[in-house]
Amino acid sequence: MNVVVCVKQIPDPADPGSLDPSTKTLKRDGKLILDESDSYGVEMALQLVTNAGGGEVTLVSMAPNSETSGLRTALAMGAASATLVSDPALQGTDALGTAKVLAAVIKDANPDLVLAATESSDGYTGTVPEQLAELLGRPSVTFAKTIEIDGETVKVQRQTDGGYDDVECPLPAVVSVTAGVVEPRYPSFKGIMAAKSKPVEEKTVADLGLDASAIGWDGARQDIVDIAAAPEREAGEIIEDDGEGHAKIVEYLDSLKVL
Amino acid sequence: MTLSKIWVYAQADEGKVSTLTLELLTKARDLADTVEAVYAGTDADAVAAQLGEHGATTVHTTGDLGGALEGVPVASAIAAAVEAGNGPDAVLLGTSYDGRDVAGRLSVKLDVPVITNVVDLELDGDRLVGTEPIFGGTTNVKTKSTQDGVQIFLVRPKSFAAEPNGGGAATVAELSVPDTGATGAARVTNRYVEEASGPKLDEAAIVVAGGRGLGESEKYEMIEALAKLVKAAPGASRAIVDAGWVPYSYQIGQTGKVVKPTVYIAAGISGATQHMVGMKGSKNIIAINKDPEAPIFGIADLGIVGDVHKVLPKLIEALESR
Ligand SMILES: Cc1cc2nc3c(=O)[nH]c(=O)nc-3n(C[C@H](O)[C@H](O)[C@H](O)COP(=O)(O)OP(=O)(O)OC[C@H]3O[C@@H](n4cnc5c(N)ncnc54)[C@H](O)[C@@H]3O)c2cc1C
Ligand SMILES: Cc1cc2nc3c(=O)[nH]c(=O)nc-3n(C[C@H](O)[C@H](O)[C@H](O)COP(=O)(O)OP(=O)(O)OC[C@H]3O[C@@H](n4cnc5c(N)ncnc54)[C@H](O)[C@@H]3O)c2cc1C
Repeated sequence: MNVVVCVKQIPDPADPGSLDPSTKTLKRDGKLILDESDSYGVEMALQLVTNAGGGEVTLVSMAPNSETSGLRTALAMGAASATLVSDPALQGTDALGTAKVLAAVIKDANPDLVLAATESSDGYTGTVPEQLAELLGRPSVTFAKTIEIDGETVKVQRQTDGGYDDVECPLPAVVSVTAGVVEPRYPSFKGIMAAKSKPVEEKTVADLGLDASAIGWDGARQDIVDIAAAPEREAGEIIEDDGEGHAKIVEYLDSLKVL
Repeated sequence: MTLSKIWVYAQADEGKVSTLTLELLTKARDLADTVEAVYAGTDADAVAAQLGEHGATTVHTTGDLGGALEGVPVASAIAAAVEAGNGPDAVLLGTSYDGRDVAGRLSVKLDVPVITNVVDLELDGDRLVGTEPIFGGTTNVKTKSTQDGVQIFLVRPKSFAAEPNGGGAATVAELSVPDTGATGAARVTNRYVEEASGPKLDEAAIVVAGGRGLGESEKYEMIEALAKLVKAAPGASRAIVDAGWVPYSYQIGQTGKVVKPTVYIAAGISGATQHMVGMKGSKNIIAINKDPEAPIFGIADLGIVGDVHKVLPKLIEALESR
């Protein structure tokens, strides 16, 4: 059982992001970290491979500036190796272009299962996993709450508005996982040391044989026509609770005639 | 100038068309001469009236998908129609589980971008421009596709009001699904619906939401009690969903539900940008937080600086005695 996990390396979400006014892309100058959303996929993959009694978890990431910090975190959790695609030509790439890059890497590895998160924490278009599946010509199940492998079938509880659906899908497949699907392990000291020497292969767009027009700004084929501060909501009356705060709320609800 | 034809991906549950679908149909009427729906249920005849009442003149239906997840077959059917020259200028899909699947698959089939997380749409010649809120809704970015061909937009719930225009039932037309081969092999074998009482979170007129400031899981009962008293839906910040106090379906925010009730009551919630993006469209916001600097007070119409363990029990008592 071989599993490829797509892991995105992103700016720390604790730091509010900003857009570069000249390129209109997210500034990515600081150190990038493993997107927490992807730590669930890494953990799930490790457990599935352990349960299958053999195979490997490998990683694929597209990130600027040869960034590997987030990959090292996932390697420290236990993944065997990683492929990083990094190329200045990728700046401005949209979700479809990202999927094309990831698909080009994964095609060669031809794993039984590809895992991704349902949406990243920074771009959150939530379309990459399904685009990737289509590019690979594979079936897919999105929004997995649980994943179980039964022979040549992957069985998933897929989140729905009111609960979940049981979904069955033949392998090889692409599955996107929700947060909370499993509890991601903390990398052990041993894991962190071992990760330093695990192989990370870096590739460029040319190495993947991708057409330059499919990626970057040209590939995105989108124009940002305006960036503006959203209209702010005014704060109203803020009062200190003197033991009668609840009465203020009742009065307010009464004034709205909602009681 | 308007577009000539928009298709809206329609979804329904037990014969009731989703509010999100009706919101998209309503907006599409302003943007195109002809608005049509694409629907994958087996009951197109039953939903044709609701779709028509909101502006769809035709509902293109794939019929029974035999339990297949909708993404692949619906996207294949739309792509085939486009290739045959019968497609629309733009496809609008709601940001729902299946909506995202259809949009992703369709974008690859047609090799066109998807503009996502859209909260507003406007016309610019033959292009639609989508507004996407970023950085937790503090900044709005307007984007359009520059690629000729079909324009695809994934639209967030509650971006538009659903309003009927009195149209007659939509004409039901068959939309054939090409052979999807291996890609369409995922099948639903069972559905589980969790029992929920009271109004639905994204439809309730009042929402009472609790956060980490409640201190411990048991204290969420105060939120439930208050919600029951004012006929509200209980909701939550992600902090307490992640902590396992309440199920994910309670979560409000960027990665949860978008709510726009008449009244939103936030108790022990700090007001992180990712939370506010899901509730700041509420008409009236009441916040209870012990920290006067909590960001939630920046958008509250009524803010009580106080301890939830003191304010909530008294509020519940006051309402019970009415
Ligand atoms: C403010 C803003 C708005 C944007 N709007 C759009 C838009 O409307 N349409 C559009 O097409 N693009 C848009 N983009 C660009 C888009 O976010 C990037 O192309 C991004 O690289 C891929 O999309 P995502 O992170 O949104 O992916 P998602 O689909 O949200 O990611 C899901 C999962 O796919 C995997 N994945 C995604 N990216 C990578 C990666 N680089 N390496 C490894 N795995 C990955 C991860 O497992 C991830 O969790 C926007 C970007 C910004 C900053
Ligand atoms: C990619 C991403 C997506 C996210 N999506 C979401 C989302 O969809 N929804 C969401 O909610 N969050 C989301 N978050 C998390 C968000 O950033 C915050 O961490 C979260 O909203 C905090 O929840 P909270 O307000 O309950 O907790 P805290 O921020 O810890 O706030 C607790 C508040 O309670 C107050 N308090 C403490 N004790 C009392 C008391 N006795 N009485 C009154 N007040 C008290 C404190 O002053 C504080 O303001 C997301 C984060 C990321 C990175």
